[in-house]
Amino acid sequence: MTNLAIAANGLRKSYGDKVVLDGIDLAVTEGTIFALLGPNGAGKTTTVQILSTLIAPDGGTVTVAGHDLAARPDDVRGAIGVTGQYSAVDKLLTGEENLLLMADLKHLSRAEGRRKAAELLERFDLVEAAGKPASTYSGGMQRRLDLAMTLVGDPRLIFLDEPTTGLDPRSRREMWRIVRELVAGGVTIFLTTQYLEEADQLADRIVLLDHGRLIAEGTAEELKRRIPGGHIELTFTDPHLLDEAKSLLPAAVADPEALTLQVPSDGGVKSIRELLARLDQNDIDIDSMSVHTPDLDDVFLTLTEANR
Amino acid sequence: MTTLALATRDSSTMVRRQLKRLIRYPAMTVQLIITPVIILLLFVFVLGGALGAGIGGGRAGYVNYIVPGILLMTAATAATGTAVMVATDMTEGIIARFRTMRISRASVLTGHVAGSVIQQLLSMAALVLIALAIGFRPNANPIEWLAAIGLLTLFALAISWLSVALGLKSPTPEAAGNAPMPLLLLPFLGSGFVPTDSMPTVLRWFAEYQPFTPIMETIRGLLLGTPIGNSAVIAIAWCAGIALVSYLWAKSIFNKA
Repeated sequence: MTNLAIAANGLRKSYGDKVVLDGIDLAVTEGTIFALLGPNGAGKTTTVQILSTLIAPDGGTVTVAGHDLAARPDDVRGAIGVTGQYSAVDKLLTGEENLLLMADLKHLSRAEGRRKAAELLERFDLVEAAGKPASTYSGGMQRRLDLAMTLVGDPRLIFLDEPTTGLDPRSRREMWRIVRELVAGGVTIFLTTQYLEEADQLADRIVLLDHGRLIAEGTAEELKRRIPGGHIELTFTDPHLLDEAKSLLPAAVADPEALTLQVPSDGGVKSIRELLARLDQNDIDIDSMSVHTPDLDDVFLTLTEANR
Repeated sequence: MTTLALATRDSSTMVRRQLKRLIRYPAMTVQLIITPVIILLLFVFVLGGALGAGIGGGRAGYVNYIVPGILLMTAATAATGTAVMVATDMTEGIIARFRTMRISRASVLTGHVAGSVIQQLLSMAALVLIALAIGFRPNANPIEWLAAIGLLTLFALAISWLSVALGLKSPTPEAAGNAPMPLLLLPFLGSGFVPTDSMPTVLRWFAEYQPFTPIMETIRGLLLGTPIGNSAVIAIAWCAGIALVSYLWAKSIFNKA
């Protein structure tokens, strides 16, 4: 059996009449990136706040890093690191002082703390800015410092709540690189994001959260296959063949200029095989073929729309 | 490590954090002391002649009379800064980070309180120096000075916990800046600037029973030799009471949030 970094059953949370989480189940395998994807207000941050001991759930059982969340919150705290949506750095202190503060709070020895701080400043490209107050940092630098602070105690499970919201594309890619490095080192990442591309790029497993309920779960590919909208694009060498194929497949859309034909399809192996067999039987040669599965945007919009 | 050892270690880390912030931004300490200094100068040089004549002793006597009240006002102003700092902390996400770490929860607040007490004592020391320069002439012996410093430290502790609670309770740093304002008025509505027996009945009743008056009377007695009576006991009781209630209040807000 694989070890679970997080196992949650029937997680509930309401604020007054407003139900934020309506009984969700989560299973996050150790050493993977798990993405919780959803629109604003779906309950992503609330989920992170519960799993990271910030707020108590109204119902449900949760085990985080092998510890029961309700019974042993301090053991959970000892095992996790959290980088929230809003930068959790002390803006009045310098980057280095922020890291040393974390080292002190993680009860590292002075020498160990200095070594760790120096290593993280180097790794997150903050050496030059180390002596400057964090208030002078750019958004991307603050986010890097924030994550560096989270890493001081070498947590095995890291929560990243919308880690790239508000970052420019370069900083976002930089953040992705760092996340991949962390997972390569065996860390488990619980990521929330409203960017589909981010989940697509990073996550081993994605769950879609909308209105406090999980509406879909799977790998990015599995999710994409769940909805229609994909097609197979056939390219021909000769307009004649294109016309023949078009008459054979009335639902397809032809582009005579590019000599291509778009055939609606779910992109599955079976339907591709059938299509090719049919073309073969009619002696229609194709030059090339490509399969277009819907991207996560399509999935996201279709599934959250259906949930309204 | 035992829980107590951990709490002590985390608290001292948090105190160091606050001290670094104070050292890095002396402008804030300076800004917070400007208000009481201006009040001191206004009351001594603009109003001091007339008010001093009223209480007997002229302008020179009036400097001596108002220093205890201004000292409490100085502490309260510095505490305003604490409330703002706590509220800012709460909005900035660093508190959320602390809460998700295995550290003593109270240490976050202890850090603020210790930083605040130190800031208030520094501000009061600066005010005493300015007062000495414009004619404040205390006649206290070293023991009386120590007693006065002790009471003022206890007062600073009480006000610090109170402003930490107010800072936690405030929705924004701006609101936190206003929350401790009534504290700045208490020296006026007590024996800080004029004797309470010169006030109309209702106000006098309030002035005599509010917490600042016995504290000011005790400080005045220690530094200038006026009679103290039972003021000292009442003053200590008020400070201890405010500190305890505010501590419990702050802790409960912090644990709930």
